[in-house]
Amino acid sequence: MECRLPFSLVVFCLVILSSTVRSELVISSVEKFVDLHSHIVRVVSFLKVENQGPYDVSEFVLAFPDAQAKNLATMLVIYLEEGKIIYSEFPTSSTKPKSKQSNMTFYPVTLPKKLEKGKTAGLDVYVVLTNLLKPLPKEITQAESQLLVYTDNIYYTSPYHIRNQSIVFRLPGRIESYSEYSEMRLVESELRYGPFEEQPPFSYSPVVVHFENNNSFAVASNFVQEIEISHWGNVQVTEQYTIIHGGAHLKNGFSRIDYQANPSMSGASSFRTLVARLPPMSHSVYYRDEIGNISTSHLRGDSQGTQLEMELRFPMFGGWKISFSIGYSLPLHDFLFESDAGNNVLNITFGSSIEEIVVENQIVRVVLPQGSKDISVKSRFPTKKSQELKYSHLDIVGRPVVVLEKDNVVPEHKRYFQVYIYYKFNNIFLLGKAMMLILGIFLLFLMCILYMHADLALSKTSSWEEETEGRK
Amino acid sequence: MGATSNASPAPLNSALSSFPSLKALKFTTKQQELLIRVSALALIYVLAFVVRLFSVLRYESMIHEFDPYFNYRTTLFLTKNGFSEFWNWFDSESWYPLGRIIGGTLYPGLMVTAALIHRILHFFSFAVHIREVCVLTAPFFASNTTLVAYFFGKEIWDSGAGLVAAALIAICPGYISRSVAGSYDNEGVAIFALLLTFYLFVKAVNTGSLAWSLASAFGYFYMVSAWGGYVFIINLVPLYVLVLLVTGRYSMRLYVAYNCMYVVGMLLAMQIRFVGFQHVQSGEHMAAMGVFFLLQVFYFLDWVKYILNDIKLFHSFLRITLTCAITVGVLALSIGTASGYISPWTGRFYSLLDPTYAKDHIPIIASVSEHQPTAWSSFMFDFHILLFLFPAGLYFCFKRLSDATIFVVMYGLTSMYFAGVMVRLILVAAPAMCLVSSIAVSATVKNLSSLVRAKSKSPQGSGKPLSGSKAAAKASADQSLPFQKNGAIALLLGALYLLCRYAIHCTWVTSEAYSSPSIVLAARGHGGGRVIFDDYREAYYWLRQNTPPDAKVMSWWDYGYQITAMGNRTVIVDNNTWNNTHIATVGRAMSSYEHEAYEIMLSLDVNYVLVVFGGVTGYSSDDINKFLWMVRIGGGVFPVIKEPDYLVNGEFRVDKGAAPKMLNCLMYKLCYYRFGEMTTEYGKPPGYDRVRGVEIGNKDIKLEYLEEAFTTSNWIVRIYKVKPPKNRW
Repeated sequence: MECRLPFSLVVFCLVILSSTVRSELVISSVEKFVDLHSHIVRVVSFLKVENQGPYDVSEFVLAFPDAQAKNLATMLVIYLEEGKIIYSEFPTSSTKPKSKQSNMTFYPVTLPKKLEKGKTAGLDVYVVLTNLLKPLPKEITQAESQLLVYTDNIYYTSPYHIRNQSIVFRLPGRIESYSEYSEMRLVESELRYGPFEEQPPFSYSPVVVHFENNNSFAVASNFVQEIEISHWGNVQVTEQYTIIHGGAHLKNGFSRIDYQANPSMSGASSFRTLVARLPPMSHSVYYRDEIGNISTSHLRGDSQGTQLEMELRFPMFGGWKISFSIGYSLPLHDFLFESDAGNNVLNITFGSSIEEIVVENQIVRVVLPQGSKDISVKSRFPTKKSQELKYSHLDIVGRPVVVLEKDNVVPEHKRYFQVYIYYKFNNIFLLGKAMMLILGIFLLFLMCILYMHADLALSKTSSWEEETEGRK
Repeated sequence: MGATSNASPAPLNSALSSFPSLKALKFTTKQQELLIRVSALALIYVLAFVVRLFSVLRYESMIHEFDPYFNYRTTLFLTKNGFSEFWNWFDSESWYPLGRIIGGTLYPGLMVTAALIHRILHFFSFAVHIREVCVLTAPFFASNTTLVAYFFGKEIWDSGAGLVAAALIAICPGYISRSVAGSYDNEGVAIFALLLTFYLFVKAVNTGSLAWSLASAFGYFYMVSAWGGYVFIINLVPLYVLVLLVTGRYSMRLYVAYNCMYVVGMLLAMQIRFVGFQHVQSGEHMAAMGVFFLLQVFYFLDWVKYILNDIKLFHSFLRITLTCAITVGVLALSIGTASGYISPWTGRFYSLLDPTYAKDHIPIIASVSEHQPTAWSSFMFDFHILLFLFPAGLYFCFKRLSDATIFVVMYGLTSMYFAGVMVRLILVAAPAMCLVSSIAVSATVKNLSSLVRAKSKSPQGSGKPLSGSKAAAKASADQSLPFQKNGAIALLLGALYLLCRYAIHCTWVTSEAYSSPSIVLAARGHGGGRVIFDDYREAYYWLRQNTPPDAKVMSWWDYGYQITAMGNRTVIVDNNTWNNTHIATVGRAMSSYEHEAYEIMLSLDVNYVLVVFGGVTGYSSDDINKFLWMVRIGGGVFPVIKEPDYLVNGEFRVDKGAAPKMLNCLMYKLCYYRFGEMTTEYGKPPGYDRVRGVEIGNKDIKLEYLEEAFTTSNWIVRIYKVKPPKNRW
């Protein structure tokens, strides 16, 4: 036993090396769709992988240029066999190849079962990228539309040989310019390149698309979410945002009369409202900032959820910043469950409740009730975790706070990732504060009674008064 | 009137005993009276707090107006950085480039109070935000004031008058105007401190107790730390002492009370940096010192008289001493004034004694709306029935003259005078009005009710005559008068009706007039719904978020505190109008041509200019309406600015017939930039100003050195960016 374990490791390493270097795998076809509708770039690639080598292969490597890997928010890989979804995974661990392609980052994907030689399997790769759309020109006036540039490799970046591939850009509107290739077609707002036949691994040829995109470019540079649990049955969520319009900066100032006269023409790239989708049963919603309540907002509720339409204090133009916070309460029983071991399990959705927003840095602070013990966190993606204490109303020892921190969060995180927090809590602590209040009021009355009955005077009559009266 | 229930114990007790369950709760008359009194006081206490919460319910928990924003900002600083940092705080964010030494130029009482309440709450682990504490400080102190008013009323008349005084002051509009929730200003705590000091002093005079006098000195210290209005105390108290001396009411009690209060109070007040040595150096405080020495002379004479035992000798001695004392006093005063040791009276003090003084000499004081003389309507608005009850109360006071009633009469008369001189001093008069009126109400109702009761009693149990009560004796004497009982009942009902009207009026005034935060404006929409104009905060928040952190903003001084507190940006001038020249410079810039103003703005490092403009919404307190004050204040220091240049035949106009300088000055350009393209009202030409009700005269405004940076959604606040200087080549 003791010597077999390292041996298997060695074999494993060999397999990795051999698969990447010798690449018995061949991608028989790739179709890549790049969705450029918002400021978040979503890329879906449908791959057909064929094993041409002599051995079974258990791993497939996805390669990304560093520029993309750095801004890769999340990735979903779906493994299909004969058209059926067999397995899906969120690869998170990356490796740097030691070879000359040092500007690449590899994401190894372990296949659910070995791909036998000669067989073909399907892989759907769904990638969400941020910060890749650059405004050009960098500064626009209020009347101009925002133009963005997206640069990519026209060939599918892969360490494997590709037989047949094409790439499609889906654009939100008018296209300013694009790279010319012989195999290309522009149909309405869809720009298609390819098919390209028989390309060796790591083929590269740049493609640049310059297009109009006036969708709200909301980037939350900072987002702090505080979830406060009360075992009396309430969850209080507070979300603090600092939002920046990440698009082309505004030049020559802001003119209200132009904005009012024709909002669609003037200030097309600006946004005035943000929509937050709150969980169902949300109540006691508020929306305010450092200097007070923001009175312009609408709240709509249905069984699917509550929709909070927030009108910002001022319209957001390129480069402008605003910060605000929203808060709401939720019933506890939708989020707290009891596990068999007597633990409480708290199920939190990660991510911002505002639609279509990139969060550069998210901090989630889960405030557990006073007296919680044995706290552990389980999440499907790497986060920085730490613990601290918070003192709120009538707290003596403080409430334990679980702090989770993550960079580059996109709406997909909310859809696919849950965080589970396990902790133990004795319900007897619930009565603690009530008892404290009762005791406090009791003491107050006791002191009043004592004061009423105590005689603090040194003497019954003031001799001084008598004396002065006498002199008069 | 809980205090007067000593006449009807028997029927009430028998009624109680008929309930077996209430038998255990059988109280003696004294206990019943106490219970009624305490519960009435408790209700008044709660009422005073609750009636001030209209603004929180209507709008939100927010700070109001202008000065409270500065107080809030400093309180925030105090809670964050501690007291010593606060005491030594040099604020570079205001009065650029001069700055302001905050610790030495403010009354810290309010901030320290709020910070202390905040700390106490946190000690008991109530995690309350400091903003909530600040918002509720004024109502809390208003509640406390009712308690003080109760004790004060009890001291000068009886506990019935005390209860009425507490109830009257709880809802008196003159006081509510400065103490609604969110009105986080010095006056909020100062009126409490003022009344407390007066009460303790009267108590000290009545008892001659050193302890009360000391307490009053500490009350005075709190007042000095809270508000500049302490000058009123330090002049009224000596005046009162002087009146007592003149009327021959000098006593040992007075001597003890005044000496202790003056000496300790003065020493304590010197600890406040903003006040410093003014008690011994400023002309406004000299009266107190003079009376202090006079009292010593009196005491000395009293002692000599006691020793001499010879009237003739004493009279000659008296003559010599008095002449000497007066000569020495006058000599000291004149030497002090001539050498500059004793500073002359300040402009504000002069303007109190002579209401026309400010208008001629200090436009900056005259420009503030709350420094205007009071109109009769606002007396009626703020005092309502108290105006009629006040003379009645004075009558009762004179009928039963004592040291305490003399005090309240003097307080009432002097504060009424000051209330007439300046609108904001109605606040100081409010407690006096309530106290004097409460005497009127209490005495009248007491007399009437005893009349009614004596009448109803006499046929049934005539074997129980109400001896001792003066009113009852009078009633039995006048038994022959017909309709007396009915008349008394009618008068009682009339009094009740008047008091009800007062309560209704107060609630209405509070809800309609005094509960608007003035940062957020509300108007009725076409459909009857409420339209909210939140333009101020929109602009300030834009400044806070989207300008460089070190940007300097130039605006008229009214908005200075708000810009620093909400916008967190440096301002050139603000509401602490300590430097007239600096304000005049801004006034000059606003009333110059653009290229001249640009020079001034460059020299002040201005990055942004903020103007308030109401032409779109009809918001009348905007910068165009304030413009003449800018011209006057600017022209007061810089003679290049001449008021007639902006007027046509002495008339202020903005339409086509306006003066050419008016149409091209910076303020006009900034307010009306591109306004000529805008249609504000249906059926009116574009560029129709809804405040002035005219079509503007200059529609083609080009800005050369500034550019529009931001305009709020209703155009109320407009911010312009100052362009950097052009290259010379």
